[in-house]
Amino acid sequence: MTQLVTQTVPVLDPNDTRPLLQIRDLEVGFKTQYGVVPAVRGVSLTLYAGQTLAIVGESGSGKTTTAQAVINLLAGTGQVTAGQILFEGRDLTALTPKEMENVRGSQIGYVPQDPMSNLNPVWNIGFQVEEAIKANSDLRGKDLRARTIEVLKEAGLSDAQDRLKQFPHQFSGGMRQRVLIGIGLSSRPKLLIADEPTSALDVTVQRQILDHLGTLTRDYGTSVLFITHDLGLAAERAEQLVVMYKGKIVESGPSKEILANPQHPYTQRLVAAAPSLASKRIQAKKHDEAAEIYSAGGTDTALIDRAAIREEQAPTRDLITVEGVSKLYRIRTKGLKYTELLAVNDVSFGIKKGTTSAIVGESGSGKSTVAKLILQLETLTSGRIEFDGRDVAGLTGKELLKFRRRVQPVFQDPYGSLDPQYNVGNTIAEPLLAHKIGTSRERQARVLELLDQVSLPAATQFRYPSELSGGQRQRIAIARALALKPDVLVLDEAVSALDVLVQGQILNLLTELQTELELTYLFITHDLAVVRLVADNVCVMQKGRIVEAASTDDVFDNPQQAYTQELLAAIPGGDFEFGGK
Amino acid sequence: MPSNTTPGARPDQGHFVAALEDTPIAPLDKLDESQKARSTWADAWQSMRRRPTFWISSALILLVAAVALFPGLFASAQPNDGCELGNSNGGPEAGHPLGFTFQGCDIYARVIFGTQASVTVGILATVLVTVVGIVVGALAGYYGGLLDAIVSRIGDIFFAVPTVLGAIVLLSVLPDRTPVTIALVMSIFAWPQIARIMRGAVLSASNSDYVTASVALGVSKFTILVRHVLPNAIAPVIVIATVSLGTFIVAEATLSFLGIGLGEGIMSWGNDIGDAQSTIRTAPQVLLYPAAALSITVLSFLMLGDVVRDALDPQARARR
Repeated sequence: MTQLVTQTVPVLDPNDTRPLLQIRDLEVGFKTQYGVVPAVRGVSLTLYAGQTLAIVGESGSGKTTTAQAVINLLAGTGQVTAGQILFEGRDLTALTPKEMENVRGSQIGYVPQDPMSNLNPVWNIGFQVEEAIKANSDLRGKDLRARTIEVLKEAGLSDAQDRLKQFPHQFSGGMRQRVLIGIGLSSRPKLLIADEPTSALDVTVQRQILDHLGTLTRDYGTSVLFITHDLGLAAERAEQLVVMYKGKIVESGPSKEILANPQHPYTQRLVAAAPSLASKRIQAKKHDEAAEIYSAGGTDTALIDRAAIREEQAPTRDLITVEGVSKLYRIRTKGLKYTELLAVNDVSFGIKKGTTSAIVGESGSGKSTVAKLILQLETLTSGRIEFDGRDVAGLTGKELLKFRRRVQPVFQDPYGSLDPQYNVGNTIAEPLLAHKIGTSRERQARVLELLDQVSLPAATQFRYPSELSGGQRQRIAIARALALKPDVLVLDEAVSALDVLVQGQILNLLTELQTELELTYLFITHDLAVVRLVADNVCVMQKGRIVEAASTDDVFDNPQQAYTQELLAAIPGGDFEFGGK
Repeated sequence: MPSNTTPGARPDQGHFVAALEDTPIAPLDKLDESQKARSTWADAWQSMRRRPTFWISSALILLVAAVALFPGLFASAQPNDGCELGNSNGGPEAGHPLGFTFQGCDIYARVIFGTQASVTVGILATVLVTVVGIVVGALAGYYGGLLDAIVSRIGDIFFAVPTVLGAIVLLSVLPDRTPVTIALVMSIFAWPQIARIMRGAVLSASNSDYVTASVALGVSKFTILVRHVLPNAIAPVIVIATVSLGTFIVAEATLSFLGIGLGEGIMSWGNDIGDAQSTIRTAPQVLLYPAAALSITVLSFLMLGDVVRDALDPQARARR
């Protein structure tokens, strides 16, 4: 370890049989007031020079903890309790902090998860990159500056020279991630650990960044340990795959083989749940099918008539009509000056009763603003929104309350949308109380009924949000939204924060509820795979405008606009053959 | 452990499948019904009761409270009975464990009977400041706009005047200086601090998703303030209130020491400390004991404030 940073590309023998990184029976635990809680339990894996290995798992599976153990950056009270981490034959767990500092950065690079919080906002970009280079080399002065520019250029910032003095807030998320990748690779480490490097970014940006990272590591012969929750992404970017579940490895081996032929039941479930373009809409009985059942029985003519009327009405009248809607925000810049931001620009679409429509777009496309406009949480700048034939703009008092009863939102963040001080029973009962519905006993009965509808045990009503998982909280949020028996649910990124299996579970639940309660859904999402699973119609939004609107099948099979095609192409693992399909 | 089943794979990189007994699959996202339900406040209580500091400070505070309420139980004699000038600045004697003041009165009895006035001022001022601060801060933060602008500027005016300085000015013109007036005067200058904290907490709580969700559910604006925003914004105020109780007792002592605190006839630690000025070299015990009582009381409130903060701020708790 006396060797200093090598600026030249290391020569790597692809047939080198000595592993670069070998983890043997690693156990990591976190000390809490209740004793040591194991997070990683007996993990072994091997990574050779020039390879890319992906660790896949849901949140809490121990994948990040494993990666952090390698560079000895365990959060809080975590510590390696057993096992070995051999890096070029040296056991990293036995190194002193001083020795570890020499390995970190210069031998093993690290790209953290969140580009928004991993750059220091008070220092300019140039300083932060220089700092990283200085720590791992003896370049100083002009050489250091030149190397900094070089590093940033390599990371894909072509105008690096001019941007050195800029601060993180002047960079977009994708550019910040490029900077972090540049820092991670600045001293040509033999191993790069990338912990969910793109999960905070839009799919098209994600693709660019990962392509670039792939090219760089291939050129330098860097091995990559890639941490991700996305099976498709892992399969696309890594030769070797390690699937973790509850701190243990359930399956590992070559990516293609695992995907084509998953053996462990957990992997099979993951593979089955991995959304891809090949998946089909989750099937639920539709109104017309129900009508057929009735007509086949031929006993109740009234029901047949009613179904017929409904069928006649359904295609002609939209439940929600959005016509030429725009929303202008005035943003104060300096002093009394304002700039105007047109968040939603002349958007029109309609939603039919009992259907699911989706608005898809990347961050900043205005999709959430549309949802807020429909929910009457923001006021329109121009245009018209009709609900059930009535203009809803400017509703007040009783009329607004009536509208709110029929159109309910479910928000993205299951950790923020429930009041932490309220137990689940009170949370679900709140809308009933606000609209003064029923006696306290009736409300109690309704809470139990709703909990049952979202498949949670009755005892959940005494729980507080902090005791529930993300998926469970989202069920509670759905139950609360359903309490007033609404016609429409507006789901703003309602499943984006959930693990893929839980996400599938919630989507199934929503589909069941839709059939059972004749609900109309408006999905706001950035995730095209989710759209494919649940939506009948799609509007693709870009920069405040709808660029493409059609039925889901049309959009996926035959996208008309270049932007839509780009979005579809950027879905990780989109063209992969998953086993069992 | 990894086994190689794939031909041609490098060592340790074959297709490995863990035995199902080793890695049983739990039902997906199932609620663990074995654990008891806990609210934030129950959680806070759990965390507090594990800390020895909590028990020590609570015991001291209870003791101080008992002394303040029933001084007769702790000292047999009335403090000013049996003052003999012959005992002036005398050392400890049988029945008089702490010695005598300049006037020849029993120090122990004076410390015990002085508790009431000091603690009354502290509690009264804290309650006043907290109530005013919460109401003003919550309304300003929640409704914003003109109300916020006016209230915040008024607060700033009072904030600019140090509590003790403002109190000195006001008290020097007030004829009657009882514990109630002292508490009132101090509250006038101290409420903006709580109001500011409350305003900030309310601002951040009212931007949360659960408030938006309640709006969309059709809950009225004021109901949301009372039911969702206040309970989630109150924690920092409770912490500050606990700590400021101690500081108000100190402020009263400061004012009394300067001679413009409680009136001459009222026994308080501050007055006794002030009286001891003249004999500080010859008889330090006269100063020492009321000062020690003051320090212990303030210290226990500060310790309690610390514990409460840790309990109500989960991040601080996690660092422990």
